[in-house]
Amino acid sequence: MLDALKKLFGSSAPSGRSSDVAAQRLKFVLLNDRANVSPEIMERIKNDIIHVIARYMDIDTQAMEIRLENDANSVALVANIPVSSMKGHGVKLKKR
Amino acid sequence: MSEVIVITSGKGGVGKTTTTANLGVGLAMQGKKVALVDTDTGLRNLDLLLGLERRIVYTLVDVVQKRVGYGQALVRHKKYENLLLLPTSQVADKTAIEPEQMLELTQVMRNEFDYILVDCPAGIEQGFQTAIIGADRAIVVTMPEVAAVRDADKIIGRLQAENKDSHLVVNRIRPQMVKDGTMLDMTSINDILSIPCIGQVPDDEKVVDSANRGIPVVEWDDSVAGQAYRNIVRRICGEDVPFQTFETDGWFTRLRKKLFSHH
Repeated sequence: MLDALKKLFGSSAPSGRSSDVAAQRLKFVLLNDRANVSPEIMERIKNDIIHVIARYMDIDTQAMEIRLENDANSVALVANIPVSSMKGHGVKLKKR
Repeated sequence: MSEVIVITSGKGGVGKTTTTANLGVGLAMQGKKVALVDTDTGLRNLDLLLGLERRIVYTLVDVVQKRVGYGQALVRHKKYENLLLLPTSQVADKTAIEPEQMLELTQVMRNEFDYILVDCPAGIEQGFQTAIIGADRAIVVTMPEVAAVRDADKIIGRLQAENKDSHLVVNRIRPQMVKDGTMLDMTSINDILSIPCIGQVPDDEKVVDSANRGIPVVEWDDSVAGQAYRNIVRRICGEDVPFQTFETDGWFTRLRKKLFSHH
């Protein structure tokens, strides 16, 4: 009897606001889609990072790794940069 | 001043060609001199939506391959003589037109028209590159569905890489579903995608009726979609027009739907 009533007035689809579900799923999928950066761009990011860090320390550019990592709700830029030596005792700031 | 606007979407079937036809007729109703260029070679339909399918002699392919001047291929609208269609070929494919040829054509046509609207094919292949190359700005058409929004984002990324100023049209909104929380609304789509909205068009049976007749719905005073297109036209022309709020079903319609729509 209850099933018959459910059939008449309800539906087999889950209830609740599916628009919120859609928005949430889209935000995640687009984050991943957009994170598919071309190898050329990754190479440029890598070179820029080398450029900045080289001002402060000597790094092993051959062994350096940089990549994007995805998990359930975020995308991270992960870099592994072996340091061979530091440049002096800290960096001298230019006088004004 | 002349402006070239490409109408694009990524996903097929969201209403690019319907939008192009309506904005073209709407701009012509405002007295602008308008050319509509169909670049959906092999799958042309803009002629059909404008009621001009029986008047085509030459096509865009004939023009870019220099067999005729573009003036010979233009088809004049029956009611608005300041609206002209440059149809494409129904037999050739997308590779028949090179992006550089399209760029050259739009540059020449700028001298004669206030607005040149380019109807882009679905997808992100050569047809897309050809359609967008000569455009100053883009209108990205999407629908309140996850697949259409995702594909729109892909297209927006491509347009941004080409430095095209882009605006969004959310098509086929069903106000009652939005109210019930079962459909994305313009604000949340706007929040997900990174470009401003220039229009929201409600789902309207009259759009199908108007396509049957070859008369875009923008001409129909009693159509809610037509009103939405007229608003977009005014925004394209630089007017600040507030967004409409749509009517939802009354209690009687809702009760009837509830009783008669069980699965």
